[in-house]
Amino acid sequence: MKITDDSPSVLSALDRPNSYIGRSVPRPNLKRLTQGRGQYVSDVALPRMAHVAFVRSPHAHARIVSIATETAKKSPGVIAVVTGAELAKVMTPWVGVLTHLKGLKSAPQHAIAVERACWQGEAVCAVVARTRAEAEDGCELVEVSYDPLPAVVDPETALDPTTPVIQPDLGDNLCFERKLDAGAVDKAFAESDAVVETTFVCGRHTGVTNEPRACVADWNEGEQRMTVYHGTQAPHMMQDLFAKHLGLAHQQVRVLTKDVGGSFGIKVHTYADEMATVALSKMLKRPVKFVADRLESFVTDIHARDHRIKAKIGVKSDGTITAFEIDDLTGIGPYSVYPRTSGIEANQVVNLVGGPYSCPNYRAQTRVVFTNKNVMCQYRAVGHPIAVAVTEGLVEQAAAKIGMDPLELRRRNLIADDAYPCTSAAGLKFEKLSHHEALAHLDAMMNYAGLRAEQAKLRQQGIYRGIGFASFIEVTNPSAAFYGVGGARITSQDGATVRLDAQGAVVVQTGVTEQGQGAEAVVAQCVASSFGVPLDRVRVITGDTDVTPYGGGTWASRAAGIGGEASWQAGKALRANVLAVAGSMLQTTPETLDIRNGVVVDKTTGNERLPLEELARVAYFRPDTLPAGIQAELMVTRHYVPRAWPFAFTNGIQASYLEVDTDSGFVKLLKHWCVEDCGTIINPQLVDEQIRGGVVQGIGAALFEQCLYDERGQMLNGTMADYLVPMAVEMPDIECGHVVSPTADSELGAKGAGEAGTAGAPASVMNAINDALRPLGAAPLTDMPFTPEKILRALGKV
Amino acid sequence: MSDTALSITLIVNGETVSERVDARKTLVDFLREDLALTGSHVGCEHGVCGTCTVRVNGEIVRGCLMLAVQCDGATVETVEGLSDSGEIADLQAAFEQRNALQCGYCTPGMLATAQDLLKRAQTSGRVPSRDEIREQLSGNYCRCTGYHAIVDAVEAVAIARAEAK
Repeated sequence: MKITDDSPSVLSALDRPNSYIGRSVPRPNLKRLTQGRGQYVSDVALPRMAHVAFVRSPHAHARIVSIATETAKKSPGVIAVVTGAELAKVMTPWVGVLTHLKGLKSAPQHAIAVERACWQGEAVCAVVARTRAEAEDGCELVEVSYDPLPAVVDPETALDPTTPVIQPDLGDNLCFERKLDAGAVDKAFAESDAVVETTFVCGRHTGVTNEPRACVADWNEGEQRMTVYHGTQAPHMMQDLFAKHLGLAHQQVRVLTKDVGGSFGIKVHTYADEMATVALSKMLKRPVKFVADRLESFVTDIHARDHRIKAKIGVKSDGTITAFEIDDLTGIGPYSVYPRTSGIEANQVVNLVGGPYSCPNYRAQTRVVFTNKNVMCQYRAVGHPIAVAVTEGLVEQAAAKIGMDPLELRRRNLIADDAYPCTSAAGLKFEKLSHHEALAHLDAMMNYAGLRAEQAKLRQQGIYRGIGFASFIEVTNPSAAFYGVGGARITSQDGATVRLDAQGAVVVQTGVTEQGQGAEAVVAQCVASSFGVPLDRVRVITGDTDVTPYGGGTWASRAAGIGGEASWQAGKALRANVLAVAGSMLQTTPETLDIRNGVVVDKTTGNERLPLEELARVAYFRPDTLPAGIQAELMVTRHYVPRAWPFAFTNGIQASYLEVDTDSGFVKLLKHWCVEDCGTIINPQLVDEQIRGGVVQGIGAALFEQCLYDERGQMLNGTMADYLVPMAVEMPDIECGHVVSPTADSELGAKGAGEAGTAGAPASVMNAINDALRPLGAAPLTDMPFTPEKILRALGKV
Repeated sequence: MSDTALSITLIVNGETVSERVDARKTLVDFLREDLALTGSHVGCEHGVCGTCTVRVNGEIVRGCLMLAVQCDGATVETVEGLSDSGEIADLQAAFEQRNALQCGYCTPGMLATAQDLLKRAQTSGRVPSRDEIREQLSGNYCRCTGYHAIVDAVEAVAIARAEAK
């Protein structure tokens, strides 16, 4: 392969002189990371720092009868042994509900369990010591007496009257339910020529970030301030929560987030052990560090996707889809996760099923129930992989049933590219999508006809290859409609502060954060372009609640679309301020000037008038020489929040080409394609790499990943040797293509790109496997992950 | 420090180091905690993910599966040493240019493993195929990139080094 430095801009509206919009410039922070000089929270070491390890419940559900800590307290290096009841005096419990998810309920959750442990892995006691090893030694010596209680492990029976209620104060095990009925579903099914009815199962899985969750909390008794070095996606949200539950003001809490070793939605939630670490620091008046080990990660990092969906589609013989119907059930653990709740995923499934299609008839029900397993919450592409698997699985089964090509059936049902703006059957508002153009692009890019011919030829030789598709929509750039309206103090707006330094370079502080997606690069590109300096003259500061504008952070594919627009606007505002000063220095009107490549130039001729370094010198060191009444304002802040649309929906289509070994059941992925439309593309390379990384996480769901639990609520595969994530050798090359439909809500027009890959990949792999096996008469596989055993069972070989 | 501490002397990134370490301490914990070489990362602590990959006596090893006391008398190289010596400068540049890292946590281990492959390729005089590169990198997990960009970067360096010969 050939590495290309750059690609020509595909845009014109934003194509200012020396614009970086649409260019694949390398990220400014990469050299630090390739040299091992990043600063992850797990690297942080502070004077007097202690380490905490937790004694965790071995039972899925048990009453804590007693905790004997005396022996542990005498263990070498141990500083403190703290129970839940003791810590509750420092930190208040929380409840993960949102008012706009009507009826959603949950019980108060403590940083360390008090009286009862509700899942295997819940912390019941903390041991703080000089080193992590000594803290773990201490944990071995804490004697906890448990009275095991019946564990609720099966969502199917969680609501039965004979099943114990996990949280007695709530009355039952129902966390949330939602019903939707649009159009005339029964009539539509009655008028269908074919109906497909099946049940989909998505395996419970988790993010497996390479760097486990980590935080270092440092309570300074003299300053009465808490500094938390935290591997989080949302520093301001965590500032609010640490303050709230410790009884502090925002002013007393600083959250610092530098390098984060993978997040994927795992690190945007409140974790009891992290809250406990912060509380312990306050209690002990010294820095306390917590880094989860891998087993702790598997049993406490949020899980996701554990859904069973009974689903139905109606279709006419001409391919018209008449109706969709789903009945979704999910078990989310003993608590709804704070503050985003564990109802959002199921809510998204209801919202998104059928989303790409113009079919108006849709009925859905979801029930979210409590269980005694680890908690579930939002993980990359929240709900999308489930909804897309259901929708696209139904679509391809329907196509097979009426004998129509699966792409042709999509062509006949996808919302027309000229139909926007429009509203889906579930009530989603679409500004501008491009399903048909994306499909046409994919068709050509993969040489679909050629692949079908190859597939047919190989089948005659006993080689079973499959082609599967998945059209999808993706929620990005969320407005306050996502969390704010439900009462959560999670901001949807974001800001950027830009400052001209005394040498004429630019410093940007922004509320969005960097976990590897390239947010810093995108912010730098936006400011460099709208202000007018070379990229290497822009330095970006993120992840410090003391200095960055108040912002949401990086999640829900919001950093480029929201943080990028704030940065673009801030750069423009600084340009106006700089040109006002330049105009007075050059005795001309600012309108005749521009900033290009770091120099104030004549707008018409491009002739150089004043280097920025000289302007900065005068403004900062000789302001006395500026005309009276001219005050240089060389630091400005701009914010942005989407207002016209609740979400900027994106769309796309993926395809998987694979081969099934019908003797072993193994699947060999041969190639994967994704065409997506994220609006304006700020950095094509970063968009493609978000897609590719997302696709592989989706493939993991389809083929490998699942948190396995036994009937007692014990997780069976909590190691990286047993919980399988995709390895390089198993993954295909992934080809990306783009359609560009900018959102008119922002000047930049960028929508999110971080989750599209994950949204569509599982469905396309599932459909490809079923396409490969169809000539062998196998019943369609709908139970993810598609292990060799399940494939052999479908083939009747085991 | 417990009574099971032992004295070891080894060469780390060209510098001679003498320390007393607990017998139970892993090499990667020793590098990170005792020598403050935090470029080597800890991912799974059971030898699967490869983020702790370092070079001991010229061979790549899992820093979490080797004890520090086993390295008495050894020569250890970490990403800090490989960077400062310039040995992997072309590989690092290819990773940066190709965006073959996102969060960067797996990168030091990935670079060490890739360099091991590239050195063997140089010895054999054959540019490895994409499938061979994928096979060789399969002991190093990356959750961000999906591997495609990493394979591109390693392949580009393999070709460039072969052409430079």
